[in-house]
Order: sequence, then C-alpha cells, then structure tokens
Amino acid sequence: MMTAQTLYDKLWNSHLVRQEADGTALLYIDRHLVHEVTSPQAFEGIKLAGRKLWRTASILAVADHNVPTTGRAQGIADPIARLQVETLDSNCAEFGVNEFKMADVRQGIVHVVGPEQGATLPGMTVVCGDSHTSTHGAFAALAFGIGTSEVEHVMATQCLLMKKSKAMQVLVEGRLGFGVTAKDIALAVIGKIGTAGGTGYAIEFAGSSIRALSMEGRMTLCNMAIEAGARAGMVAADDTTINYLQGRPFAPQAEMWQQAVAYWRTLHSDDGAVFDSVITLDAAKIRPQVTWGTSPEMVVAVDGCVPDPAKMTDAVQREGAQRALQYMGLQANTPICDIQIDKVFIGSCTNARIEDMRAAAAIAKGKKVAANVKLAMVVPGSGLVKKQAEDEGLDKIFIAAGFEWRDPGCSMCLAMNDDRLSPGERCASTSNRNFEGRQGQGGRTHLVSPEMAAAAAIAGHFVDVSKL
Amino acid sequence: MKKFTLLDGLVVPLDRANVDTDAIIPKQFLKSIKRSGFGVNAFDEWRYLDHGEPGMDSTQRVINPDFVLNQTRYQGAQILLARENFGCGSSREHAPWALEDYGFRVIIAPSFADIFFNNCFKNGLLPIRLSAAQVDVLFKAVNAQSGYKLRVDLEQQTISTPDGTSYKFEVDAFRKHCLLNGLDDIGLTLQHVADIKTFESKRHAAQPWL
Repeated sequence: MMTAQTLYDKLWNSHLVRQEADGTALLYIDRHLVHEVTSPQAFEGIKLAGRKLWRTASILAVADHNVPTTGRAQGIADPIARLQVETLDSNCAEFGVNEFKMADVRQGIVHVVGPEQGATLPGMTVVCGDSHTSTHGAFAALAFGIGTSEVEHVMATQCLLMKKSKAMQVLVEGRLGFGVTAKDIALAVIGKIGTAGGTGYAIEFAGSSIRALSMEGRMTLCNMAIEAGARAGMVAADDTTINYLQGRPFAPQAEMWQQAVAYWRTLHSDDGAVFDSVITLDAAKIRPQVTWGTSPEMVVAVDGCVPDPAKMTDAVQREGAQRALQYMGLQANTPICDIQIDKVFIGSCTNARIEDMRAAAAIAKGKKVAANVKLAMVVPGSGLVKKQAEDEGLDKIFIAAGFEWRDPGCSMCLAMNDDRLSPGERCASTSNRNFEGRQGQGGRTHLVSPEMAAAAAIAGHFVDVSKL
Repeated sequence: MKKFTLLDGLVVPLDRANVDTDAIIPKQFLKSIKRSGFGVNAFDEWRYLDHGEPGMDSTQRVINPDFVLNQTRYQGAQILLARENFGCGSSREHAPWALEDYGFRVIIAPSFADIFFNNCFKNGLLPIRLSAAQVDVLFKAVNAQSGYKLRVDLEQQTISTPDGTSYKFEVDAFRKHCLLNGLDDIGLTLQHVADIKTFESKRHAAQPWL
C-alpha cells in the first residue's frame, strides 16, 4: 500500500525533475505569471546571456503594480513608471510572450487575472515574482512567490532549485457567523500563529469551513498565507474548484476536460496523511477582524480594544507594540469601534474579486459615505471584474453612496501609482499588509474584510458588521 | 555572482523584529528597471527625514540622526545584526539588492522570511540564523563596544567574536558551494537539460492539457 500523502506531497512529487544529495530539488514549473516590477532585470539577464525562454507558452504577463486607476486614456503620467510598463510591453513583444496590455479588458491584478482566465489549474506549479502568488494555491496548485533571479531562472530553464518545505494543516471547522468572511479567517490564523508562524511551511487549509468557501474566499485565504510566513497556501480540489474552472479561456475543453477533472479529483490529502504541524480553529468563534498595528499579526476582533503593551511580557513584542501604537497614532485600550478613519480602500489581490464587490455593495446600498471620510475608493481586480460588477449595477450603488469607482490595478495596496495615503491618514483597507509606509509614507493601515471596509466608510469609524 | 568566503566585518545592530521588505526598500524605488543603485535608498523612510523619490541626490537629503545606520561608529558596516522574521513581506529582490549595494555581505538574525532568505543567496549575500539567545548576546556586545567586528567563515561555517567565542551556523551544502565559488544557478541547472526534457515529455503524455 502507498503511504498516505498530503496534497503538498502530491504536488511536490509530481514536479520533481531531480534531487541532489542534500535534498536540493529541481522542480518543474507549469505556469509563470509575470508583471512589470520584478521582470525587467530578468529579461535583461536572459538577453545579456544570449539565452532563450524555455517555454514561452507557460508565461502570461500583465502590468498591474504601476498602472493608474483613473484617466487611463491619457497613459501613465509618471515617466519612471511608464518606462517600466513600456519595458514589459517591449520585452513581451520581443520574446513572443502573451501579455494583456493596459487597454485590454482582461488586464488586472495578476493574481485575479490568472484564475479568472483559467490559467491557474489544479495540479500545476505556479510562480510569479510576487509574494502573493500563494493565492493560486486555492486551486490545489503549488503556487509561491519568487525573486527576480528566480524569475530569470524559470524563464531560462522552466525549473527552480529549491528544498521541500514542511507541511502544516490549518483546520477550520464549523459555520462562519453572519458578516464573517475568508479574510477574517486569514487574519484570525495570523493572529494565532504570528507572521512567522508559517515560515518554512506550506499550509493546507482544510475543514468544513474551508469546503464551504467559494473560490473567491479560498483565494483570499491562500493569498494571506504569505502574511503568516508560509510561501505557499493551498486548498484541495473539489466540485467548487471544478465548477469555477469550466469554460474559462485557458482551461481544457471537451475530452481533455474530462481527463483533467479525473486527475484533479485526486488532488487532496489522503486519509491518514501526516502533517508536521496542525492548527485548529473553530469557525463559530471567529469575529470580524481589524488590525491595530504595523504587522498583520497585530490584530483583534472588532468588538475588542487596542492592546496595552504594558501587559506584554516579551520585551521584543512589547517594544514592537509600543512602536506600532506610536506610528499608528493610537492609545492602548481604545475600543476598535471608536477609531475614526480618513480613507477607505476596497481592492487588491486579496479582496477585489466579484464576490468582494458584491459584499461591499450590499453594505453601501442606499447609504452615504460619512462626512469625515475624505476618500472611499473601490478598485476592481480586473477589467472583467469591473465589467461584471457594472453589468450587475454595483458601480451605480458605489457611486450613489459616494465611493469612487476606479480602473483595475494594485492601486493603494502598495501605492506605487498615485493612489496613496498622506502622512498620518488612517485607512480601512481590504489589502494584505499594514506595514509602515505601505500605503504611502506615514500612512496608517487597518486591514479588514470588504464588508468591514464598506461599513467603516458609511459610519466614518469601525463598526461590527456582524451586528448590522 | 560575487563569491563569499571569509569576512572580517564591522557589525551594525538593527534592534527591531519583523523588519519587512517595504522598510528595506520602499515601493517608489521599485520602478527602476536596473539591478543596481538601490543602496542609497536602503531603509529610506528610517534613514532620511524627508520623503525620498527615485533620482534624488542623496547628499542633499535630510539625514535622520537617530537611525542606527547613520551613526558614525557604524559607517562601513558589512554585517547587519537583526531580530526575528527579518525580510518578511514582498518577494522584491530589490531588498537584497539594496542591502548588498549598501555594502552588507552578511545578515545575522534568529529567523528570516523564506523568500528573502532565498533571494539573498542569489546575490552573494549570506543570511545566517543563530539562536535568539546568541543574537541577544551579540546585540549586547555590539552596543557595548565601538568598532565591534565579527569574523564570518563560510567554509568552516563559523562566526568568531573578538573575545574568541565561536558560533557554528548551518547552511545548505548546495548554497554554500554556490556562494564559495560565485556560481550562477542557471548555468548549473542547464547542465541537466536532458533531465528536464525527459520530465517534460512524460508530463505532456500524462497531462496533455497542460
């Protein structure tokens, strides 16, 4: 009898080209997603060495980090950002790489576009020069972020040199309460294990709560695996996965579809498979989450208070919390719902899919953004998400409520374009990182779900959406 | 890639946990299409009091005198001593590029984020994990003595202190080999072209939809 395998074992073993004595493996890569920020130096390296792309068809490119979310017809105003996007365009043209350009309706955030196109499939290895590549693990794929040297390595060899991680299972059982989302599961997990809790691991999310999540929810969860320190997050394939993929442009068709589905159904951890670490959460106990500090692990339930560093026993943790409160302009023991906000950002590779748009619109419908909120913006994850939302009339709901309805891109998640916070501004954001300066130098980020962000926009401060 | 064998280097202590790659090199500098020149903007938001943008003349910037890297005694440091989870966050290789360009060759911390750790080795930068207790001892020693240096010997996998203490560290055999010899990964992988092609044809037969 075969030893029981984890999903991670299956994905790893099926891509192993060779292995050195010290365990360093050569792993085959099926899908390579490329964007403008981490690829120019890789293309340059390929050219300087006179190398070719190993398998051009494995690459899908899209500019997302630097693109403007308004006035796109005028092009990119910032000459340095424009050069970076033009460099991607010219590299893709020179090497024959499939690229969705800025004017293409399929353009968007690379981690929204890949799955939407069916370019991410179960059983694949998926890489991109971006840490949030873990998103694609939602499809029972082994997906992880890489640096630019590795981008070049995959371009030249279709492989990566790496060592196998340990396997962690995050088991979430039970029904989520009203107003509690995949984002809240992700933040609750990070709150429990810390931002380094998953370092050295590949995380599989499992349990009845995960099975009940849509693909959008699973992507949100796997997206945040990296914020728990895990390079890869994943969920087993099931009917939800298969139904999502059917008919997508890059997905297999006809008999090939049947053959693929039969294989995809094997992509789960076997009964009795052993994990190096198992973490369990009770879904019913998870409340809507809000981060209060400058690391995603600095998180509490919306009905909680800003913690008091004086009560922390670990010196490094206490100093970190003190520094975070100073940066965030917060006092210890302040109730989260008393925190007033200046801006709201609904978007990013974490929460800019159609389901996120619908959830935020449901809260905003018939309401008005509070007077103290200077800007509330909704940035759909792709041109196709934008179009679908508009077909459903969601744009009208947002605009009537006083939100700005923008063009797709990474936008204020990392503020490489003009969408950014000014020093001291406080933002309710559906993105993934609340690091110092992440959304603009001196900006203060609170990570929340789309529902929580929309509700905060309406109230002008955080509110508990589970009680609306 | 630059070789790494032995280093006698001045140590600078960066005493905070979870130093993320946004802090190491802020996003506005990621618009560059080059691999070099990021050193002047390493830790930009901590190092300078004014807001930095690409192309600014760093000699005209407002220096933050409180930031440790700006203190006279740490000028010319090649070893960065750090705390837990160093390099967390984004996969931007601009972070190790910035640290290497600044002049660092070694980073010592109790733990590193996976992608950053990996990226370091591709750029001749040696990240070393020591226990939290050992790192604590080194922080105290660096703070106590101006001009504090460490000797890092990759061949022997040891860090030696001025008082003669020696710490053993772990490093993957393959990565050590590449660093000691300054080897390029792609060249090494391309020695296995036949293996990759064999794998590819088997894979295509079994999963023709890919």
